[in-house]
Amino acid sequence: MSILLDRSTKVIVQGITGKMARLHTKDMLAYGTNVVGGVVPGKGGETVEGIPVFNTVEEVVAETGAEASLVFVPPPFAADSIMEAADAGIRYCVCITDGIPAQDMIRVKRYMYRYPKERRMILTGPNCAGTISPGKALLGIMPGSIYLEGNVGIIGRSGTLGYEAAAQLKDLGLGVSTSVGIGGDPINGSSFKDILEQFENDDDTHVIALIGEIGGPQEAEAAEYIRNHVTKPVVAYVAGLTAPKGRTMGHAGAIISAFGESASEKVEILSAAGVTVAENPAIIGQTIARVMEAA
Amino acid sequence: MDIHEYQAKEVLSNFGVTVPDGALAYSPEQAAYRAREMGGNRWVVKAQVHAGGRGKAGGVKVCDSDQEIHDATENMFGRKLITHQTGPEGKGIYRVYVEAAVSIDREIYLGFVLDRSTQRVMIVASAEGGMEIEDISASKPESIVRATVEPAVGLRDFQCRQIAFKLGIEPKLVQQTVRTLQGCYRAFIELDATMVEVNPLVITTDSRVIALDAKMTFDDNALFRHPQISELRDKSQEDPRESRAADRGLSYVGLEGNIGCIVNGAGLAMATMDTIKLAGGEPANFLDIGGGATPERVAKAFRLVLSDKNVQAVLVNIFAGINRCDWVAEGVIQALKEVQVNVPVIVRLAGNNVEAGQKILAKSGLPIIRATTLKEAAERSVAAWQSDTIKSSTLKAVS
Repeated sequence: MSILLDRSTKVIVQGITGKMARLHTKDMLAYGTNVVGGVVPGKGGETVEGIPVFNTVEEVVAETGAEASLVFVPPPFAADSIMEAADAGIRYCVCITDGIPAQDMIRVKRYMYRYPKERRMILTGPNCAGTISPGKALLGIMPGSIYLEGNVGIIGRSGTLGYEAAAQLKDLGLGVSTSVGIGGDPINGSSFKDILEQFENDDDTHVIALIGEIGGPQEAEAAEYIRNHVTKPVVAYVAGLTAPKGRTMGHAGAIISAFGESASEKVEILSAAGVTVAENPAIIGQTIARVMEAA
Repeated sequence: MDIHEYQAKEVLSNFGVTVPDGALAYSPEQAAYRAREMGGNRWVVKAQVHAGGRGKAGGVKVCDSDQEIHDATENMFGRKLITHQTGPEGKGIYRVYVEAAVSIDREIYLGFVLDRSTQRVMIVASAEGGMEIEDISASKPESIVRATVEPAVGLRDFQCRQIAFKLGIEPKLVQQTVRTLQGCYRAFIELDATMVEVNPLVITTDSRVIALDAKMTFDDNALFRHPQISELRDKSQEDPRESRAADRGLSYVGLEGNIGCIVNGAGLAMATMDTIKLAGGEPANFLDIGGGATPERVAKAFRLVLSDKNVQAVLVNIFAGINRCDWVAEGVIQALKEVQVNVPVIVRLAGNNVEAGQKILAKSGLPIIRATTLKEAAERSVAAWQSDTIKSSTLKAVS
């Protein structure tokens, strides 16, 4: 098992005719992802890498039974595309786009809540590298080759730092059940807590790795959730020990603006909830290995 | 993006918020003239810098005559104002705002923020105006009133009335308060702000509700749809290296250390800085060069990092996901040939085609210190910086 995504998940790519989207569609197909269609308004009838393009998500869902979507649409139009996916009955959506206005994301979140929970789309991102269930399917832009199949569930805000963790695990012969990028934006689709819940219920995930950073309340909320609801061991690293207060560190959401949002405060909060914290990013893999052995 | 107080007041007054009479000046003469033009017998001159805490730092003066205005502003123009928010380098004063003084009965704190926990706009208010919100939450947390806005229907008048009554505002002034709150909220939403702060919002002795100070921050990601807001950008208030980086599409934050960093991805960039610190060094900067580490981008990054004279070693850490290490290695070599680099350069590559990349670096004949892991990269950078520092200090001692 894995979470959110497996070999049979029918995937579409919104904005498939863009340069980056074409490139990554090719990579996803090569990895074995079941890509069934693409959506670009006005380009219905074309094909990309042999994949049929449709004008609307509604159409592609009706024709193919698509369940998951990858959004590659430029920032001014991305929020609308996510809402279109939610309305068409897509079950899981990953948004790669970086630079979506925060208020657009507030509207997206509000719009998603008009559907009852059992029909409500799960969104991860925006501004993330995507999700991969190694050996099964890839929905995103990460290099598939750095992930081994295994039992570590990864949740992270940053793309390349997530790669770093996966590569460290691979060097130790350890693999990943699913790796989920929740993105670097201040208003995001899913929080650490939402994905922790999924991993807690996944039999193939034995240890959960949480890769956080400065800014926002989501690591602290995760700590609270772990304390009360997670039985599996959790390992964490929080980036930004040297980040000054009040400055945006690349990600729109990586800014210390309130109490409890610095790396050291988050480390303290997570440790107090029983999480094993790797203080140095160079030993994320080792720390996970140690915790797995002890479990 | 931040804007000045006088700009925020102009924006808010367009949305129905009452502000004092005021005018902008670029010189002491102009400041005195503006006051005369405005009339009255008491004015406040306020240095326009992008930082709070101006009053305590000497950036706000109450004046009773033309001469006083002239003298007070003469001491401001061209100076750097150092407040607890500016850092030790301070921010330059090039504009001064002259305002008609008002007679204050009460001061209220009013803030609108994007609340990341509820993922909605939140209003934060307190009857303890004039103090910083951090200080209010520390000393008088019970005085803070909060309300979140349901995005589907926007801020409702009843919520504004609730806030007004909780703040103990007299019934006859509640309607004015509601208008002020609604004005701030509409400005926030319609202009894609991420923060609106009116501190203090004052009740005057003649029963008016007035925004005495105003601060607005806008969402950089939404500036494309607000050209009139983008025009308010004042580069004199930004770190010149950071504005230069932003103009080149790079994300840079200058720090105090000696080891320059060139990394792809924001999280990995912060993590790289952390490892440097843990290895006993101090990072000189945060720099995310983004996904494609093309030779042009790497060369730009080197120029930017080396423009900081404190940099005594440069660490390049690239995790090739979309691109390939051999290609990144070519980029680094090309950049090193283009840019004069007189400090040790440490390169760590990981990801696709890493062996090919390492080979290219080894064969280049350039004095590049190579590393394979993150730990190694940080340790070698700190070691290279230390030995370089020792070398140059010995040289100085000899000469």
